[in-house]
Amino acid sequence: MPPLTRLFIKTGFVHFAVSLIVGALLLLNGPLDLPRWVSALRPVYYHLLMVGWVTQLIFGVIFWMFPKQTREQPRGNERLAWFTYYTLNAGLLLRFLFEPWQALAPNTVAAWALGAAALLQVAAGWSFIGASWARVKGK
Amino acid sequence: MPRLSVWMVRAALLHLGFGFFLGGLILWQKGPGGIPGAWQWLPVHIHMVLMGWTVQLAFGVAYWILPRFAQREAEQGRVEQLRGREGLAWASFVLFNASTLTALAAPLGWAWALPISGILAALAGFAFVLHAWPRVKPFMA
Repeated sequence: MPPLTRLFIKTGFVHFAVSLIVGALLLLNGPLDLPRWVSALRPVYYHLLMVGWVTQLIFGVIFWMFPKQTREQPRGNERLAWFTYYTLNAGLLLRFLFEPWQALAPNTVAAWALGAAALLQVAAGWSFIGASWARVKGK
Repeated sequence: MPRLSVWMVRAALLHLGFGFFLGGLILWQKGPGGIPGAWQWLPVHIHMVLMGWTVQLAFGVAYWILPRFAQREAEQGRVEQLRGREGLAWASFVLFNASTLTALAAPLGWAWALPISGILAALAGFAFVLHAWPRVKPFMA
């Protein structure tokens, strides 16, 4: 298993674990009347689960298992795939920190951090397409 | 990778790109703002990344790697092709992408877009399950 795949999958596990904790907090919020910031975590929960865990796991497995691109460059443009890893996780971290803050107390710092998170996540998705497209092929 | 898997996985990647783009617009609207119509695209964003990306990718990879039937079974007419009823898998591909394309009409004001998109996605799912069910078996059994 290549190093980038291990990193994608292990970081995915971390996102999965954090999403489970956030999900549990959201469920406890009804009966326990937890602080207001807990309910602001709902979009973060969805994205930790579906982007941080599911999509990141898929990215790692695709990078590992899809057909080799060429003999010289079996896993295609690896730099682009590494760029995907960094932008995806930087974007998720920014939204984890700033999305609840912006929801509860809108301010310029949080707003522009979310703008940066949006650009990073789109860059992650598009760079992964660029890194993988040529590996989606027949024999 | 068989031809249908290539089509499904590439379509899934396109949905990933478009779905992330829509998600980026919505997140940008939550932050700096300036895109007032962004929220109208939320149902399409969800449909694109859940169905168009995640589920379609799973179908494309399943079509590729699930056990095939033995050559003798095809020759004896016990199965249609080595990958079973391939027509159902192709139908699933067409229905899935018709579903996501139909969803695009929702933010433009067509009220029936999402219900029809949902029905098409359900039909796509049923078609693929019917295709894949007999292939969930021991290798060469």
